[in-house]
Amino acid sequence: MQTDSRVLILAPDDNVAIAKTDIPAATTLQVMGAMVTLAEKILTGHKFAFKTVSQGEAIIKYGAPIGIASRDISPGESMHLHNIVSDYIPTYTLDEGHQFQEH
Amino acid sequence: MINAYMRADGRKGIRNTIVVAYLVECAHHVSREIVYPYRDKGVHLIGFPGCFPNAYAQKMMERLCTHPNVGAVLLVSLGCECFNKGALMDAIRKSGRPVKLVGIQDTGGTRKTIAEGKAWVEQTMTQLENTPRTQMGIDELVVGTICGGSDATSGLTANPAMGRAFDFLVEQNATCIFEETGELIGMEHWMARRAENPVLGEEIVKTVAKAAKYYDAFGHASIGPGNADGGLTTIEEKSLGAYAKSGQSVISGIIKPGDVPLRGGLYLLDVVPDGAPKFGFPNISDNAEIAELMACGCHLNLFSTGRGSVVGSAISPVIKVCANPDTYKRMSDDMDVDAGRILEGRATLDEVGREIHDLILRVANGEKTKSEDLGHQEFILTYKTFEPIGPACMPSAA
Repeated sequence: MQTDSRVLILAPDDNVAIAKTDIPAATTLQVMGAMVTLAEKILTGHKFAFKTVSQGEAIIKYGAPIGIASRDISPGESMHLHNIVSDYIPTYTLDEGHQFQEH
Repeated sequence: MINAYMRADGRKGIRNTIVVAYLVECAHHVSREIVYPYRDKGVHLIGFPGCFPNAYAQKMMERLCTHPNVGAVLLVSLGCECFNKGALMDAIRKSGRPVKLVGIQDTGGTRKTIAEGKAWVEQTMTQLENTPRTQMGIDELVVGTICGGSDATSGLTANPAMGRAFDFLVEQNATCIFEETGELIGMEHWMARRAENPVLGEEIVKTVAKAAKYYDAFGHASIGPGNADGGLTTIEEKSLGAYAKSGQSVISGIIKPGDVPLRGGLYLLDVVPDGAPKFGFPNISDNAEIAELMACGCHLNLFSTGRGSVVGSAISPVIKVCANPDTYKRMSDDMDVDAGRILEGRATLDEVGREIHDLILRVANGEKTKSEDLGHQEFILTYKTFEPIGPACMPSAA
C-alpha cells in the first residue's frame, strides 16, 4: 500500500491522512494505494480523507477515535471542524466577526 | 552524575535560587521592585494574589518555598491579608532555608520595604555562594512535562519525542510526571492498561471522568481557537497528542499538586479540582500547571509547543521542544530542541528523544535553557480545592 512521502498514515486502521508539509489544492497523490485529489489546500499537520467516510462513522487517528463524522466525507476533502465533532465536549473557534462558535 | 546543591533538609537542587514571594496581590509591586535589580542573578518572583485563605494555595506556597532549587526565601506581606504567613514561615524554617518576612504596613510603606528587602537579598546572595555542592544521581531527578500552544504537529513530533526521553529517564529510575487530565480525555482506557495494577487503572479512568465533567460544567474543553487553526479538531485528538508525552513506561501512580513521589517511575498529576466546580477553569494558563509540577518536586520541565509558546518559569528551568518546523524557523531563539526535523525526515523520534534526554542532563548540570537565558520567569497561582489522593494512587517508598 504505497503512500506519498508528503503524507503520514499513523496506524493501519486510520481513516485520516496527515500532511507532513503544506500541500496545494488539486494535487493528486497516492495514499494507501489509492489515488486521491485534494479538494483544497492542506496545511502541515492537518488531516484529509483518502477514502469515503460516512456520517456517524468514528474518525480513527493513530488507531484511536478522535470524534465522529458529522456528514459524509469524500476522498480528498479536508477533515476538520466542518465535518468532525467531539464525542465528549464541543470545540470553540472565533469567527470573522470575533464571535465564539461551537462545533 | 549531576553536580547539585545540597539543602539542609537533604533535598538536592539544580539551581540556587532566592525566591521573593508576595502573599497577596497588594504586595506584588513591592516584591517585583525588590527582585528587579537581581532578576538575572537567580532571584525569582512568585506569589499568591488572593486575600482569602485557601488550603491548596497554602500547600503550593509551602512546597514551592522549600523546593530543592530554592536556597532562601523572602516573604513580602502587606500585613492585613489572610494568608497564613506564620505557618509558611515555620515550614521554610523547618527546611533549614534562610527566610525573612517583611511587612509593608509594619515597615512603613513601599520605599522602606523595598530597601529592606533588597538589603536582605544582597546579603543572602553572598551567603548562598557557600551552598555545599553534592553529587546527584539521575534516579534523584524529577522531571515534568507539559504542552502549550499545541497544533497538529505537537502529537506527531515533540510529544512522542519527549515521551521517548521520559522512557530513557524512567529506565534509569528517575521520577517523571505528566499531567493535565483535561487533555487526556478519550485516552483513559489506554492509560488504564499501563497502570502498575488494576486498582490504579480504575483510578485513572475516574480521574479523567472527573476532568471531563469539570470542563463540561464550564462549557469549554481544554482546546482553543489557536489549536483548531493548527489542525486539531476535537479534544480527543488534542488528547491523543498530549498523551504521547507520557511515553510507554508503566504508570506507577496518580498524584495531586504538592504530592512528591516517594520513588522513581512515571506519575500522572491530577490537576483538576475535587468537589463541585468552582473558582473557574482548572488551569487558566500553562504556567499554572508548571507551578503544580514544581510543587511536586520537578527540578525542570519539558514544554512542547507547535504554535510557539515563549514562556519559561520561576524556580525550575523550562526546556522548549518545538514540534512544528515552520514555527521553529520563525522562533528558533526561543526553542531548545527542533523536533520538527522528524516531520521533515531529518531525524527519527529516537534521535530527538535521546537529544532531549542529553539536554536534560546538561541543564541539570547548570546549562541555561533558552527561556532562562531570555529572562522568562513566569509564575501564576490561583484558587483550587483538592481532597487527598486515595490509598491506591501513590506507591510506597520501597
